[in-house]
Amino acid sequence: MRENPAGLPRDHAELVARDSYGKLLALIARRTRDVAAAEDALSEAFAAALNSWSENGVPSNPQAWLLTVARRNAGQAFRKGMVRQNAQHVIEMMHDEAQSNTGSDRVDDRLRLLFVCAHPAIAPDIRTPLMLQTVLGVDAARIGRSFFVKDSTMGQRLVRAKAKMRDAGIPFDMPEPTDLPARLNDVMAAIYAAFTIGWSDLDAYAENGQDFVDEALFLARLVVDALQMQAEPKGLLSLMLYCEARRPARTGTDGGFVPLAEQDSTLWSRDMIRYAENWLRRAAALGTPGRYQTEAAIQSYHVQLSQSPDLPGDALLKLYDALITQTESLGAAIARAAAYARCGRPEAALAQLDSLPLGLIQDHQPFWVARATILAAYGHFDDAAAAFDTAIAKTNDPALRSFLTQKRKMTLTT
Amino acid sequence: MHYMIAFNELPDDFAKRQDPDAAGPYWGAWNAYMGAMGQAGVMVQGNGLLPPDTASTVRLRNGQREVHDGPFADTKEQLAGYCIIDVADLDAALDWAAKSPAALTGSVEVRPVMPPPNA
Repeated sequence: MRENPAGLPRDHAELVARDSYGKLLALIARRTRDVAAAEDALSEAFAAALNSWSENGVPSNPQAWLLTVARRNAGQAFRKGMVRQNAQHVIEMMHDEAQSNTGSDRVDDRLRLLFVCAHPAIAPDIRTPLMLQTVLGVDAARIGRSFFVKDSTMGQRLVRAKAKMRDAGIPFDMPEPTDLPARLNDVMAAIYAAFTIGWSDLDAYAENGQDFVDEALFLARLVVDALQMQAEPKGLLSLMLYCEARRPARTGTDGGFVPLAEQDSTLWSRDMIRYAENWLRRAAALGTPGRYQTEAAIQSYHVQLSQSPDLPGDALLKLYDALITQTESLGAAIARAAAYARCGRPEAALAQLDSLPLGLIQDHQPFWVARATILAAYGHFDDAAAAFDTAIAKTNDPALRSFLTQKRKMTLTT
Repeated sequence: MHYMIAFNELPDDFAKRQDPDAAGPYWGAWNAYMGAMGQAGVMVQGNGLLPPDTASTVRLRNGQREVHDGPFADTKEQLAGYCIIDVADLDAALDWAAKSPAALTGSVEVRPVMPPPNA
């Protein structure tokens, strides 16, 4: 395995890092009960891999190699007194290594770590970022961007949360089944955030985006299995499958962004839509409505609309009315406004937008796009132009930027 | 791990200690709680405290001792007692804290005891 000692090991290490970062970290953290120490041990192991694999070739089981080295690093850090932890857990970790046992039992380690990060003793607003960083391997800067928080602030808050987990002795075991439902919302929020990050990154850095999307779908399936009597995980899985089904139609042949209303529905994945419908039906059968089921139902409406264009718009508005009672998400409020505008109710649309607090919307690009579109549709071209300019200034994604620029031109000249 | 669980009570709770009608149930609940921790073998040590009006607070400023009457912070809930318990993790400590009579009306703070410095 030494055909290309310069390039191959690095590619390999990156591949393993992308595929298994969360799993490896969850395995190590479970024993060290110290996420920060586990991160250090794992990043040292990746650095060692780059050296060792170019010298000796890529091992037959790269993940096991990394796990062994990372566990040894964590053990050494403990012996040097760099890490404060319960000796018993380090002894168990050494035992795992001696048994070359991966430490996993029936519960997936990533799932366990997700629920640990949702512990009620961790501040609510840092739980989702913590899960994104530890289980999904999203870096602090990217998390900061999607939560509209400065990188450095997000980094500090993550460090503080990990220190609290370690010092307060938060257990790394799967919570009791009775504690799971209370932690479920945070876990679902993290999975959905990873999915959204993956989606919005897909145009910008294609490969990474797909990893987040796949990982989010994988984790959602684990949560569905672990909490079979809960409707919302099924709703979340359904929602993500609907979105994923439409992805081939989201980018035009020129690489440009294509909005839902203009998508070629023959490009949608019929199989994935069938899965999505099936999960939504199973969720609804449990009789406990919720945000993700409503969002999935909205997706389902759009799929049906592509088949029968005269579907009444009222049904969609009812779904949006329900949605804003189920979530405080800004996206939901903006989408509701857009739906009212499409159904010929501009006053209701603008009233919804105007009701949003300025602090939340001033840096929120989708808000300005929605506002521009609605204003233009009702002839307020000057205000619409200003809103478009704000939206374009707040967009990083090149495909979306050129879409918005074009849309501005088209909307304001017709 | 060792945790301190600190019990904070409201003025009403402190008043029950002296109230002929309420004192029985009040002390009964505390005795049962302390007894359960003793029985479970988690109790390292613990004490109840006299009410906050018996507290004195001292500071040393510019070499001068400043003493004042009362607890360090004038809040509605006041420290009424504490225990040091030895349990596996935070969840076990929170479970014990939640069982205390103080959790019903006041609040209970759970904090890890500082581990000994690394040798």
